Amino acid sequence: MPINESDIEKIAQLAHLEISREEVKVFAPQIAEIVTYVEQLNEVDTRSIEPALGGLTPEGELTASTRDDVVAPSLGQRLALEEAPDAAAGHFRVPKIL
Amino acid sequence: MLYFRLKIFPLELNMKNGWETVIGLEIHAQLSTESKIFCGCSTHFGDEPNSNTCPVCLGLPGALPVLNRRAVELGARAALALGLQINERSIFARKNYFYPDLPKGYQISQYDQPFSANGELEIMTARRDEAGHPLEWAPKRIRITRLHLEEDAGKNVHEGLPDVDRFSYIDLNRAGTPLAEIVTEPEFRSSWEAHDYVNHVRRVLRWVGASEADMEKGNLRCEPNVSVRRIGNETFGTKVELKNLNSVRFMQRAIEFEIERQITLLESGGKVNQETRLWDERAQETRVMRSKEEAHDYRYFPEPDLAPLEVSVEFIDGVKASMPELPEERRQRFVQQYDLSFSDASQLTSERTLADYYESAVEASGNARTAANWIRSELLRELESSGLAASASPIPPQELGKLLRLVDEDKISGKQGKDVLVEMFKTGRTAAAIVEEQGLAQVSDTGEIDGVIDEVLAANPGQVTSYRSGKETLFGFFVGQVMKASKGKANPRVVNERLKAKLS
Repeated sequence: MPINESDIEKIAQLAHLEISREEVKVFAPQIAEIVTYVEQLNEVDTRSIEPALGGLTPEGELTASTRDDVVAPSLGQRLALEEAPDAAAGHFRVPKIL
Repeated sequence: MLYFRLKIFPLELNMKNGWETVIGLEIHAQLSTESKIFCGCSTHFGDEPNSNTCPVCLGLPGALPVLNRRAVELGARAALALGLQINERSIFARKNYFYPDLPKGYQISQYDQPFSANGELEIMTARRDEAGHPLEWAPKRIRITRLHLEEDAGKNVHEGLPDVDRFSYIDLNRAGTPLAEIVTEPEFRSSWEAHDYVNHVRRVLRWVGASEADMEKGNLRCEPNVSVRRIGNETFGTKVELKNLNSVRFMQRAIEFEIERQITLLESGGKVNQETRLWDERAQETRVMRSKEEAHDYRYFPEPDLAPLEVSVEFIDGVKASMPELPEERRQRFVQQYDLSFSDASQLTSERTLADYYESAVEASGNARTAANWIRSELLRELESSGLAASASPIPPQELGKLLRLVDEDKISGKQGKDVLVEMFKTGRTAAAIVEEQGLAQVSDTGEIDGVIDEVLAANPGQVTSYRSGKETLFGFFVGQVMKASKGKANPRVVNERLKAKLS
């Protein structure tokens, strides 16, 4: 099995997800099955193919990948904070961090 | 007090007792662009919090980054100035971690294919005496592993805001500011070597216009990693990373503290843990921030929203061609061409505008040595007290040159020259105009001075007799009288010569 229960726990921790022991037991074999399925791709010989990296449109065209150093209008403080779950004194506000 | 002594004394012995320090450095320098690295928001410092933000740097869904060409160019200048090889193809990668100042949940950085690598840089470094004065400067080669491009995170703010015991506040104006991260091999053997390297990098980055490199403003940040080992050991000790160092001085203190902490620990049979520690300036100590077990697993992967960064050989050659003579080369040239001492040449090449100023003044004055002395002792004092760079000096170098010519040609005395310089600095007027207006022109004409001397001698017959009968200490009295009678305008050198002739 390519994925075991401790992998699931670690991924959950890295993703800041809380999952119970029971859920780990349920998800581990399911995710392992998905990974095994995807791993079939490893059988394809890709030695002569360039890795497809980012910055392409769905049609395979290069996106506008660079720009000049020119300042463009920003949203401004009010709009930037408008959708924030919590904001105060011109800032995003979150529970205390170090 | 006794406890303190007992505690410190054996440490000092240990330091000399076969331990070697090994330090590597990571520097983050903000590149001097107008707009952010992946969006058009301004990088201007000190604006209203969160005002310079947009969907890209706020990490809103669907927003796409577009690379700022100027950031690439400045990164290239920095890389070349530090002796790195620029890679024609590099790849942006996502570095994933959760922190409130990182809105996307990842930082766009570079990982296995960085913008530049394999650097070799020669710096000047010196051991210091107990007062911190350099003993002897010597060159040292530093291997720089890589310089890559990345975006900065936002800032956590607490000061002056309500309920800071319960809340943290986030300002994302800085999020997305372009950075060059510069990583060295474990090359440094003392905190002074690290200090000299950071100063070298800071000077070079400012010199080529890549970064303002001001640690107080936070646009240059240093993160040293420190370990110790027994001299002769091939393998490195366990290293500790240090953070929260807002000046080169803090960095040195943190390194020194860490060296002593690690040696004490090892000598008493303990083990150094691989961890990240924060420098607490108030307590003058480092404290654990996170241990290796909590170390981040960043899960780097190629940034799908950005094409690989490709730069042509022509681009690299173009940047090379536009590079100025670097400070270290210029310092060496100053020593050879102008016959300056190491410390004079170093000071005059501390900033590019100062070095330019000096060379213009040399040309205008025709005297490299005098120009160096006057700039170092007189002009820099005025510039420093008014907080100006040499390029903003109210005295243009050509005018300083003219002033120095007046002194060199005995038109005015050195003392008068210094007063004129202060006046020029204050008013922006030329030396000639001030000399003219204040009637300062020094008298070197022998006939005129002879006349004054004759008057002085005639008025003091008693002193003349005493002098001639052996009371030679009166010579100074005569010089003083002549200078006074000439209202300070007589050339002291001519006065001395003529007085000697007339009194003998």
